[in-house]
Formats: sequence, C-alpha cells, structure tokens
Amino acid sequence: MKILVAVKRVVDYNVKVRVKSDNSGVDIANVKMSMNPFDEIAVEEAVRLKEAGMVTEIIVVSAGPTQCQETLRTALAIGADRAILVESDADLQPLAVAKILKALADKEQAQMVILGKQAIDDDSNQTGQMLAALLDIPQATFASKVVIADGKATVTREVDGGLETIALTLPAVITTDLRLNEPRYVTLPNIMKAKKKTLEIVKPEELGVDIAPRLKTLKVEEPPKRTAGVMVADVAALVEKLKNEAKVI
Amino acid sequence: MILTTEQEMIRDSMRSFAQERLAPFAAEWDKSHAFPAQAIKELGKLGAMGMVVPEEWGGAGMDYMSLVLTLEEIAAGDGSTSTIVSVQNSLACGITLRYGSKAQKEEWLKPLARGEKLGCFCLTEPHTGSDASAITTRADRDGDFFILNGVKQFITSGKNADVAIVIAITDKAAGKKGISCFLVPTNTPGYIVARLEDKMGQHATDTAQILFENCRIPASCLMGKEGEGYKIALSNLEAGRIGIAAQAVGMARSALDAAIRYAKDRVTFGVPIIEHQAVNFRLVDMATQLDAARLMVWRAASLKDAGKPCLTEASMAKLFASEVAEKVCTDAIQIHGGYGYVSDFPVERIYRDMRVCQIYEGASDIQRLVIGRALAQ
Repeated sequence: MKILVAVKRVVDYNVKVRVKSDNSGVDIANVKMSMNPFDEIAVEEAVRLKEAGMVTEIIVVSAGPTQCQETLRTALAIGADRAILVESDADLQPLAVAKILKALADKEQAQMVILGKQAIDDDSNQTGQMLAALLDIPQATFASKVVIADGKATVTREVDGGLETIALTLPAVITTDLRLNEPRYVTLPNIMKAKKKTLEIVKPEELGVDIAPRLKTLKVEEPPKRTAGVMVADVAALVEKLKNEAKVI
Repeated sequence: MILTTEQEMIRDSMRSFAQERLAPFAAEWDKSHAFPAQAIKELGKLGAMGMVVPEEWGGAGMDYMSLVLTLEEIAAGDGSTSTIVSVQNSLACGITLRYGSKAQKEEWLKPLARGEKLGCFCLTEPHTGSDASAITTRADRDGDFFILNGVKQFITSGKNADVAIVIAITDKAAGKKGISCFLVPTNTPGYIVARLEDKMGQHATDTAQILFENCRIPASCLMGKEGEGYKIALSNLEAGRIGIAAQAVGMARSALDAAIRYAKDRVTFGVPIIEHQAVNFRLVDMATQLDAARLMVWRAASLKDAGKPCLTEASMAKLFASEVAEKVCTDAIQIHGGYGYVSDFPVERIYRDMRVCQIYEGASDIQRLVIGRALAQ
C-alpha cells in the first residue's frame, strides 16, 4: 500500500511572529521555518505503519517555494521513501493545496493520504476535508489512533464530547491530532541517507491544477494586547460583572 | 560560514533532543550527582556517540563539523552529558578507529560507536597531565600478558566505562618511544576505582582516580605497536580540543539564553532590565564574543574535515571559546543579580559546569604554549 503524506513549511513554533507594518501579512523574512508540527505527526504515523508492515512506500509532498525542499528532506530523514515538491511562489490556499494533493494521489494511486489537521500558521483546518471531497473518499479528521487491517482503517477521533471511533474503507484521508504519536528524533545517519533519496520537483501547471486564490486577505492585525485583570470585592460583585459587563451569564 | 541543509538538520535534531531530554533534568542530575545513563543510551541510538566513525564500524559516518554542531547542542542542554559524549567520540572512538586492529574494532569500536558501551581514556596521572612523557604507570610483559601498575587521575567516565584506553610505559629506557597503549576491559581484576572526585561542577559525570594493581591483561589488548603509545596519546589532540571548544560555546549559549530570558522578565524602574542600556550592551557583547568563538570552532572543524593541519587553529578555538565562555557565564550571573548566585536559576550551575573547559584537554596556558610555538617558528 502506498501512502501520501502532505507537509507544510511554516514559521517555527518557537518564533514570536510579527505582523508586517503594511498589515499585508506576517513577516517571514529571516525567520526560522520548520515543518508544521501536525504534519510531523503525520510523517511519524506513516513511518510507524511502514515499520509495522502495513505500508510499502511513503511519498511525502509539499507545495510552496523552493525552500520547502528542506522540509521534505526532514520528512525523508524521519523515514519517508521519496519526496515531491510542487513548486510555486503563489499564495497557495487550502483549496489549491487540496487540488494539488488530489492530482498526486490519483497519479500515485495512493491508498491513504495523511496530513496534519491544520497548519500552525493560518490554522485553516480545511485541506484534509477538501481533499477527501475532491477525491470522493472517506475521511477521518483529528485522529488520535489509527489501526489498519483488511483494507479498512479504524480511527479514533478527538471530538468535542470525547473520543469517537469510526471505520473507513480505504482509500481514505486521515488528518492527525496532537496525541496520535510523539515524533521521533531524527537520527544522524538517517539525515545523511535522506540526502540520497529522490526529491522530484513539479509545477502546479504540470499537474493541470488551477491554484488561483479564492480568498482575499483584507488586513492582518495583531490580536489586542491583554489588559490587566481587576480584583473584585466579593462573589456578588463578580456575578454582577459577569452578568452586566462581560455578559457571559 | 553558512550551514548546509544537512548540517542544519543535524543541529535542529540535536537541539530538540537536548532541550527536551537533557535541559529539563540538568539541575536534578547536578544536585543528585546522577549519571545520565538513559540519555547516553538514547544519544547512542541517535548516532551521537560515534559520529565520525564510518557506518561499517557502527558509527554515524559524519564529519567533525557535524560533531561540533552536535556537541554545542548537547552542551547547551547539559554540560556533563556533553563531556561524556565528547570523550566517547574524540578519545574512545577516535583512537580505536585509528589504531585498533580489526579484532579490536570488532570487539570494542562497534559497541562504542553505537553507544552500547562506554569508554574512558587514562593518560593523566596525579603528578602529570599535559607533560605526557612524564607518566610512571608501567605495563610489564609477562609471556603473553602485560601487567599494569600505577595510578591514573581525573578519568572521565572512569567508573561507568566498560573499556579503558590506557597509556603506560613498556620500556622505561626508551623514553617517549617506550610508551604503549592498551585497551583494558574495566572488569579486569586490578582495575580499581580508587576515588571519585568531588568536583566544582559537571556533577553528572564520574571523574575517577583509577588504580592499576597487578592488572593482568592479554597481550592482544595492546593497541597499535609497542612503543607507539605516546604518539597515539597525542594523535587526537585537535579533535579533542575542537570538541571542548564546542562544548564551551554550547554551555555559554545556554547561559546567554537564560540571561536574555531573565532580562526580558525582570522589571526595575518600570521597565524590563533588557531595556536598560547597561544590561542590553552587556548582552550584546556576550552574544558577539560567543559568535566569534563559534566561528573559530567551525573553522577548525572545517580544516580538520578537509584534512588540513589545524593544531594551531584548534588550540586557538579552545583557548578563545573557553575564555569567552567563562566571561559570558560570569556576565549571565551578573545580569541575574542575587538570583544568579542561587541554584533556582540555571546560570550558577552552568558557570560551574563550564569552568573546567579552561582546564581539561590542555589548560589555557598549554594552548598558549602551542600557539606560541607556532608563532616563534
């Protein structure tokens, strides 16, 4: 079984992001970039499935600028077999990425696509769902446990009320939640091996995909700064404030 | 100097490991003098214990540049652990790779490089360190055996090691040419851990005095030829020095990071102290000096990788990095004020851990001696 894993290059989670002075977006010049942590969990899960003998080949895909090759090399070092970069400097929105992934899933005849439930930059949480719709196959989002057997995937999902377990017929799309696994540290010899693995670069046009943006960003602003709290005299005053000032009860 | 994608990946991988698996425990290990056995095992699995050993001998098959990136990250997580890793890479693995016979490599290098076994290096004696030719430990031949007698001092991992590389005299009359090198399993009767040093810092490493008392080893334990010991002992000086320099940079970096964190948090006269120019400029000088030290380490490692002579450059890197690191650690304590002097904050431990970088693997003045000789040539 072939498995496709999508990874996104995002601003590293340790970086404190700054909004550009013209409010057009977030400043990513000279900022450390790394793999979206949810996607790292997706790569790890794919590698574990391969180690368990469930998967024969892991193809890792990224869409974006040429620097995404670094992100793909990291995925190869974790244990993916080969990589494809769909190179584009355009603003790739979730629908465009979903279309790109559909084209590749079709081309590679992948039995499963695993990707992070969302990326920590725009937090859209849309690509996996859109991809399942475009491929017209089942989806299991927010996975915290994945078991593959007899052409079926049994996936435990983290939902608002607790955990939900569903069975899907493969092929299917799975998006990963934080508790699915703990990604391994990349071993030093595997970093060198990753260098020798195949990394193919294609353009969106070659896949016949329309990547034109459908959403327009009007303005990016910093969230309002948190203001200091106030001390209330007693519970009655607290209830009064919650009721009349905050209007939450 | 700009790192390649692979080098960045090595740094990032080791940084995550060190920040998640070492740094949170460093204070506890320091207080309880606990040997980080589990962390060492994990580092072995990552390939960090035999980095420049080829893969066929169980190593990671990497270069010295990768080793210094790794050592800086490990040292930034925990100074003690970095010393154990440094000794294993530069001395135990480095020497066995270069001088071990095929059988010795099979028996010792493979498990050493994989981090399954730990090695130590016994050269220094109570009365002699850098003056290696003045050692008195003897290895007397007895048929197919050698019998070791003598005392070795300040042996990193002396208690926890599985194998010791021992430098001893086999022919007193031959002077430097009468010194030989042996691979001694530490479970051999007569290998006695006489004392564990009560050190200023690096409490998680065991620094032992080893007493060899009629320690009888088969002649097959001889590494290299008889009489080659002095040459072997001095053969890996560059690698050792570059390694210590990288450790100094790593420890100082963690002190600098702690100082920056504290300076952003601590408010005096209504502003975080990082906004006071005296504090801000001090941090600037710390960061700048440290960056210069790091570049010297990288330069020495690159020369080593290119197979070029680099003894002077390695000595300069070790001298400069360890001296700068001490200044950075002192300044980090100063920025913390009273809190820098107590163990609730990491900088007092980092200072204690770091301080020995100016001493071991050739003290600062020995480095000056080496560099001075090159200048006078």
